Amino acid sequence: MKISPDTVILWQWGVFKINATIAFTWGIMVFLTIGSWLVTRKLSTGTSLSRWQNLLEILVKGMYDQIRAISRRESYQYLPFVGTLFLFVMVANLLTIFPFYEPPTGSLSTTVGLALCVFVATPFFGILEGGARAYFSSYTKPALFMLPLNIIGEISRTIALAVRLFGNIMSGSMIAAILLSVIPLVFPVIMQALGLITGLVQAYIFAVLAMVYIASATQAHKKKSIDNSPVSSGNDSRVIPHLKRGGEGGFSDTEKGGK
Amino acid sequence: MDTLGLIGIASIITAGITIAIGSIGPALGEGKAVAQALHSIAQQPDEANVITRTLFVGLAMIESTAIYCFVVSMILIFANPFWNYFIRKVGG
Repeated sequence: MKISPDTVILWQWGVFKINATIAFTWGIMVFLTIGSWLVTRKLSTGTSLSRWQNLLEILVKGMYDQIRAISRRESYQYLPFVGTLFLFVMVANLLTIFPFYEPPTGSLSTTVGLALCVFVATPFFGILEGGARAYFSSYTKPALFMLPLNIIGEISRTIALAVRLFGNIMSGSMIAAILLSVIPLVFPVIMQALGLITGLVQAYIFAVLAMVYIASATQAHKKKSIDNSPVSSGNDSRVIPHLKRGGEGGFSDTEKGGK
Repeated sequence: MDTLGLIGIASIITAGITIAIGSIGPALGEGKAVAQALHSIAQQPDEANVITRTLFVGLAMIESTAIYCFVVSMILIFANPFWNYFIRKVGG
């Protein structure tokens, strides 16, 4: 029994190996890029739009709303990074419905890579926000002797981010493999469906935690915040321009509709 | 009993105990968190979105301790470094 798709080697030339993790990661990258390119090739701003544009608009608007709710400000600064993390992990986890597919997020290499991106992006956005001096002095914030503890906390939460995603996805595929040898008839399908839910929730959690870390790095020296009460979240002035179609009839009404 | 047998016994028993004990704490913690969140949503249904999001993030934090135990037990069973070392020693 294999513990990760790293051990499946598809092609080898000397020390260069292409294992299943790399191959499936490339596949997901191609899928996301080509798919987004095909959809955004001809965008419409009118009242009629293709169903794929509708899908992408809902995705982007949903991610933007979540990011705004966590960071408590109107900004497109974090949408490319956090949104890409979410989309990559989500697609990687959801494609498990296809047979012979091994999720690349079930390999520790992929999740450590993603967590390292968050590890680098957190100080990057923090320095971009308030300058290097203000950011690094926030490590010594309660008192100077907290400096090593803050650094350890920074590293350990990166490891936790990587191991959490890896452990969840790996346990899902491993439980499916064990059940196949014990109860091979119907039960693995149920566990596979549960794995889909777990994968989606883990993608959401990964992106939300990345956003929380970035927000905590940038918010320490930023007092300007928007009013985040759910009543007012529907009618902000600065929503995505081409999503503000039809004024009150757009997506921004769906939040208020539930109240 | 030889060393390999001792390592095997110790690894498997430790893996079982690790995941057994390691899942008790997170289970209790998640139960308390969900109960409290349901209580809060029942009191303030308007804040359900914020409560649910915070609950998910908190559950992921709590759950990660159980995930660590799971990863350790998986390493003990499938990628045990001591087992591999002694197998290599016996083989070579």
